[in-house]
Amino acid sequence: MATSAFKHRDVKDQPGFGAMAIICLLVLYVPILILMIWSFNSGSLVTHWEGVSLQWYGVALQNEDFHNAAKNTLIISITATLVSTTFATMAAIGMTRVKAWRGMGASFMVINLPLMVPEIITAVATLSFFALLAGKLDLNFGIGNIIIAHTVFCIPFAYMPIRARLEDMDLTLENAAADLYATPWNAFRRVTFPLMIPGILSGLALAFIVSFDDFTITQLIAGPGQTTLPLYIWNQIRRPMTPEINAISTILLLVSILFVSVSFLIARRRSK
Amino acid sequence: MAAGQTAIEAKGVTKQFGAGPDAVKALDNVSVSIRENEFFTLLGPSGCGKTTLLRLIAGFDFPTEGEILLYGQDIAPLPPFKRPVNTVFQSYALFPHMTVAQNIGFGLEMLGKPRSEIDARVTQMLQLVRMEELRNRRTSQISGGQQQRVALARALAPAPKVLLLDEPLSALDAKLRKDMQIELKRLQHETGITFIFVTHDQEEALTMSDRIAVMSKGNILQVGSPRDIYDRPSERFVANFIGETNFLAGEMAGVSGGEASVKLTGGSVITAGIPEGLKPSGKVTIVVRPEHADLVQGETPADLRGVLENVVYFGTDTHYYVKLDGSPEPFIIRQQNTRGGGQGFARGDKVGIALEAHSAQVLRD
Repeated sequence: MATSAFKHRDVKDQPGFGAMAIICLLVLYVPILILMIWSFNSGSLVTHWEGVSLQWYGVALQNEDFHNAAKNTLIISITATLVSTTFATMAAIGMTRVKAWRGMGASFMVINLPLMVPEIITAVATLSFFALLAGKLDLNFGIGNIIIAHTVFCIPFAYMPIRARLEDMDLTLENAAADLYATPWNAFRRVTFPLMIPGILSGLALAFIVSFDDFTITQLIAGPGQTTLPLYIWNQIRRPMTPEINAISTILLLVSILFVSVSFLIARRRSK
Repeated sequence: MAAGQTAIEAKGVTKQFGAGPDAVKALDNVSVSIRENEFFTLLGPSGCGKTTLLRLIAGFDFPTEGEILLYGQDIAPLPPFKRPVNTVFQSYALFPHMTVAQNIGFGLEMLGKPRSEIDARVTQMLQLVRMEELRNRRTSQISGGQQQRVALARALAPAPKVLLLDEPLSALDAKLRKDMQIELKRLQHETGITFIFVTHDQEEALTMSDRIAVMSKGNILQVGSPRDIYDRPSERFVANFIGETNFLAGEMAGVSGGEASVKLTGGSVITAGIPEGLKPSGKVTIVVRPEHADLVQGETPADLRGVLENVVYFGTDTHYYVKLDGSPEPFIIRQQNTRGGGQGFARGDKVGIALEAHSAQVLRD
């Protein structure tokens, strides 16, 4: 009896569990909520409420600098996302669908290391690298520099869900395809790849989000006219702050939420 | 069963996994031929090499040594997609992103058959496994037994020369298993395709097979019809693995007319069959199936004598445990119960055991 009563005691029944959960959620979301609320202030201060208005969204959307920053961000993020996910997909196949090769464990570490290296270190290293390219070889790809940097640090983020998907997949399915006269290419095209798609979509979404809101690395290597949205916001808050920043931040947040929701829904539908 | 041509022949096949001191021989110089249109079973405990042999025939692994001939042609070096052999997997391995019909049509599609031919064949296969109404379902929306049928239909659709079945019934419950055993026999009969069936279940092997190969530790110990294997096991392992058995220790007293006379430890002399190619001498082991012996009253002439130790009633039959003179193990006799039966034997009675003619067999140890 005693043991069965103990077994049924859920962690949720621990005293203070509910309160702790609520505090955590509040700490996480109240600041964001406040930021969003102030974006609807009709006054020009983020400390004094005057009334409800959408005027700062209008200001933000008509702001040329915001447009340029958004355009840069999309060019960089989309390119970096597509390229890094392609590399990540190939890496994941090469690490799960082949015979174990010498150095496979080390390669796994190397691919994932950027997740552990402090971003500022990567940023400084990347900056030095491009400075060297420009100085010694006179090579400067402009916005391409940022795309290259983003592609590199997005790879491990895209890699992880794709690899997880491949590892979950029953290898017998590929055997079955081969048994039913599918050449290796056909087996990949008709069986492995379609089953990888949910992983690839998660990889795309993660890579996009990581690139979309990167600040540290971009801040160090971006040249004039290469301002991205996070850099734009950073520059704006160093001036007297208006609710325009709140409006822009809210728009960014909505884009992120949209992406996360879409990838979540895809993952849930596919897993059925 | 047409005693036809040889469909598959393994010649001196060895499969070694790993190298050096860690090397494991999953198959050790195995040779066997499987006839066309035969229901052939590879039977053995897990790790005996039966699945390895199946994988070598399918092409998922390649033999370290030896040849695998399909109608005389060595297929051992060919990749699986170039072998006219299909597999029903233990896990079914249905493609989850395709419908039932797409699964069944996959092989034909990969062979480049025209759409109309694929559709017709899929319909025919769905009828064969009685699943017409589930044509457009996803494989995740059908039951385990139905998935099993789809897996069968998918493997049969390209009309393979040989169908390989890797413990396909092991995931089903007992009732469904029985139905599928009958179903498999029917499918084999209707399609005329050679079936190679892998199982560790001796009852399954006995009920379905035309011939059985009993395997242990990478070797084939005996090949024969279910009756051969059951009535005349040639080795202790085979006798032990298939059904209940009595082992008797004795010494060779002579050979006459292809039968051995053996002096048992208890003193009595009995005649026993000799497996092909064996020249027994010295100490030997004799095997007798429990249902091939009769219990008789102590005074009547009998082959063996002892004391009735225990009587266990099983409904359809009764098991008698007899303590033999000079043997530690009880001798088990299984007798079918008849209406109003009851043989009038009681525990502690002195009894005799009469062996049926040709029921005893010398074992290769």
